[in-house]
Amino acid sequence: MTIASPIGHPQRLAPASDPVLEIKNLSVDYGYDDDPVHVLRQVSLTLGRGEVLGLAGESGCGKSTLAYAATRLLPPPGLITGGEVLFTDRSGVKTDLLRLNDTQLRASRWQDMAIVFQGAMNSLNPVYRIGRQIADGIRAHEPKTSQKEALERAAELLDLVGISPDRLRSYPHELSGGMRQRVMIAMALALDPQVLIMDEPTTALDVVMQRQIVEQIAELRDRLGFSVIFITHDVSLLIEIADRIAIMYAGEIVEDAAALDVYNKPRHPYSSALLHSFPPLRGPRRELIGIPGSPPDLSRLGGGCPFADRCAFAFDACSKVNPELVFPNVPGDDPRRSVACLRHDPAAVRAVGEVPLPVPAELSLS
Amino acid sequence: MRFFLRRLGFYLITFWAAVTINFFIPRIMPGDPVSALIAKNQGRISPDAAEALRTLFGLDENMSLWDQYVQYWNLLLHGELGTSFAYSAPVADVIAGAIPWTIGLVGIATIISFTLGTLIGSGIGWRRGTWADSLLPISTFFSAVPYFWLALIAISVFSVTLGWFPASGSYDRSLVPSFSWEFISSVIYYGTLPALTIVISSISGWILGMRNMMVTVSSEDYVTVAQAKGVSERTALFGYSARNAILPQVSSFALSLGFIVGGTLVMEIVFSYQGIGYYLFTAVAAKDYPLMQGIFLVITVAVLFANIVADFIYGVLDPRTRQEG
Amino acid sequence: MTIDTSIVEEGQELEKPSQAPMTGVVAAAEGRRRGKPRKFLFLRNSKAVAGMVILGFFLLIAIIGPWIAPYDPSARSDDILQPPSWEHWFGTTHLGQDVFSQILVGTRGVIVVGFVAGILATAIGVIVGVTAGYIGGLGDETLSVLANVFLVIPQLPLIIIIAGQLPTVGGVTVAVVIAITGWAWGARVLRAQTLSLRRRDFVEAARANGERTWRIITAEILPNLTAIIASGFVGTVAFAVLSLITLSFIGIGNTGEWNWGTVLYQAQSQLALQRGAWWWFVPAGLCIALLGMSLTLINFGIDEFVNPRLRSTGLNARSLRKRGIRPRIGFTPVVREAEETRA
Repeated sequence: MTIASPIGHPQRLAPASDPVLEIKNLSVDYGYDDDPVHVLRQVSLTLGRGEVLGLAGESGCGKSTLAYAATRLLPPPGLITGGEVLFTDRSGVKTDLLRLNDTQLRASRWQDMAIVFQGAMNSLNPVYRIGRQIADGIRAHEPKTSQKEALERAAELLDLVGISPDRLRSYPHELSGGMRQRVMIAMALALDPQVLIMDEPTTALDVVMQRQIVEQIAELRDRLGFSVIFITHDVSLLIEIADRIAIMYAGEIVEDAAALDVYNKPRHPYSSALLHSFPPLRGPRRELIGIPGSPPDLSRLGGGCPFADRCAFAFDACSKVNPELVFPNVPGDDPRRSVACLRHDPAAVRAVGEVPLPVPAELSLS
Repeated sequence: MRFFLRRLGFYLITFWAAVTINFFIPRIMPGDPVSALIAKNQGRISPDAAEALRTLFGLDENMSLWDQYVQYWNLLLHGELGTSFAYSAPVADVIAGAIPWTIGLVGIATIISFTLGTLIGSGIGWRRGTWADSLLPISTFFSAVPYFWLALIAISVFSVTLGWFPASGSYDRSLVPSFSWEFISSVIYYGTLPALTIVISSISGWILGMRNMMVTVSSEDYVTVAQAKGVSERTALFGYSARNAILPQVSSFALSLGFIVGGTLVMEIVFSYQGIGYYLFTAVAAKDYPLMQGIFLVITVAVLFANIVADFIYGVLDPRTRQEG
Repeated sequence: MTIDTSIVEEGQELEKPSQAPMTGVVAAAEGRRRGKPRKFLFLRNSKAVAGMVILGFFLLIAIIGPWIAPYDPSARSDDILQPPSWEHWFGTTHLGQDVFSQILVGTRGVIVVGFVAGILATAIGVIVGVTAGYIGGLGDETLSVLANVFLVIPQLPLIIIIAGQLPTVGGVTVAVVIAITGWAWGARVLRAQTLSLRRRDFVEAARANGERTWRIITAEILPNLTAIIASGFVGTVAFAVLSLITLSFIGIGNTGEWNWGTVLYQAQSQLALQRGAWWWFVPAGLCIALLGMSLTLINFGIDEFVNPRLRSTGLNARSLRKRGIRPRIGFTPVVREAEETRA
């Protein structure tokens, strides 16, 4: 297999010592009753300053939930049941977003972290002109700014994403899908946020438009220096833009590594299967294989590995222990990458009295 | 613009339909009560008026249906609605005397009820899962109660038992109607209980409708985006949620107006309030067909007019209707 | 939460495809949650069940009322204007008639008119609405305008001028008049839904297969309209009951036939208010309110069945407050309940 060359910017890993957002042991339930679904179970994830982090997985794996829970935008009956979301501002002061009161949270939003939602049609208020919607966000945080000044800034923002400023007076229904998505990006950049979360920002668009938007994000990131969490089920798209990729499955992160490492040498059977279900962007063609079975019922998870039922490499221990994220059991791997698979974790296997099996060749490519 | 023209066309059709229904009803009914009444009232109504009634009720058997129809429109467009048997006066005059009372009472009460109900509904829909939800069963109960029964209860409690408000009438009969403070305050005093009853019985419909729309709209992405932007609670509630939830509320206002007006007319009967509904009731009791039909036409025109206003407001509130076409 | 959520997907098909970003994720998780059969879902909605129970009670009274009534409702006696007592549960009228018997006997008239009008109006609504939505074009325009005209014209005054000019007005006549004036709402909703169903893949596929139109309508479209037809029917019954009672109250209709409206008519015209005879008009009104409420509750159940967003997902205000949860859009509550096993 050949190594795909990334477009745009050089491959890099942000030093872990300069994180901008640290999600620690975040747990989320869905349902306020006695029998909630645990949609996220103690998920930890770190975003470095200036880094583009891709979050991938099948639909229903919890990647969007993670983003909305970290910003506390998850709608009822979502419930955050534990963990921390630490945001580090430019001066190095850390705040736990989960401990802020409403006023503090409102003040932090959009300044520190902004979100571009999936499906821009519904993200814009249909009865307001887009200028006003951008200005609303600015004036909420800078009450001294006049409406006129806010609109002038909105015009500059539109210009930034390549939309003519006279579109300020347009209503959302007068714009095309791609334009609406750009407006959303412009809106998200209004207060120069340090973290931009993008939830499937290109799903509803055609391929050409997808590519333009992705390139635009990469370009703006290079210019403005914000960090990005990019959520998508399209792994091949992530290779183009992300520095690092975290793969989620059944409400947990199963693999976390540099983008090219995930792409060329996946260590988790699920990552490997996921990659084989998309056509490669470059290099020789390979056979496309779907993943057998479907994601598990989150309310019926036992103690074992949630992927075991669909995994080609599952063995006895997999039904007994839910694997933790560990360093892959492959010599010479990047020390910052991690994987949650018992094939890489002989200690955990021995702890339940089973015999560890070696890492299969497919999961130890180099 | 096309939106408004289309709507205007629709209202013209509706008006035509109402007039045509009014034209045909006495003609397809079995029996001929009107000629008997004309005979009975001979001497009390002029020959001209009797002639007009014959045209309005299709008693001229020598005329073709089409000629009757043309003549019927001719009369209507000249404001001729026939002569009331019960009041021995032109129907148009009887209605003209009654309609300001109805518009004053029903109009003001309905606007108060709509505004208040929409506000309360926004609040309840916005704060789901709090104490505000307990208002829902109460609203459900009130929305199921017939208006006139609530009026009976209101009179029995506030007039008969407590004696706070008069039980009937629209002003103190010892006063001469004028623009004096004394007369106006009497009108307000007499109107309070009926207006309050209309508000209480119709408000629950608006509360429930708005609450459901708020629940639906609040889960739209743009409301979450508004919160993500960190705008104030007030902006998110009124600028984003309620601002969109009110659109279907306005269209349902237009559509249910006919129903509400029907209900409030009966309320006038209970309060003996000298409006259109009261006259409709006396017309029914006295079998005063010309007055009945005249009132139906006038109510329809009033409801159509209110619909046009509601449409106009909708067009102002929703930019999407304006650019259609 | 008593409502099963495995119909989420089905419900979402019925509404417009604008979903919050995460409802998809969450609904998928919810949908897989409980695998019970979906047959009795509707009956697990507490509002619907409460409504059905009350309605069932009135249906029973409508059937057996005349037999269990302790007195002949029209029979006079010497107990004039008596307040409620063991002999007369709801007191007596100015003629010494037993109000309780009047209500029991009068239930039948109310229920019969309500259901006859409901069935007739629903039938007209289905025919007009589905036809308009399915054929489209000029036919659709014409039928829509017709429905809208009937919606805008004030129904009660129209019913009054029609019923007021009929020489004899029995219960069924009133029901027919109500149905003729009250079908438009159902037709309007059904038209919109048929229109969107017609563009669905399965209907397009059936048409491409050369299925006959009436078969597509009966086999593919009507089953998907069940909930809307049901809710339209229930709404029309409520409208018909209110109209009938209003008509009787203002003295239109056969006063020889008892119903709750005639009880109120007599109470009003015999100055029950001024005589302080509250028992004369309170029970009838409460019965109307209860019946109306049961119908509203059934419709709430249907609404929640169709539109999952309206469901209260376990939102019990008291238990939420105890846990410190304030469910809000845009501010996910945080409780520290999960155990932390990971470093």
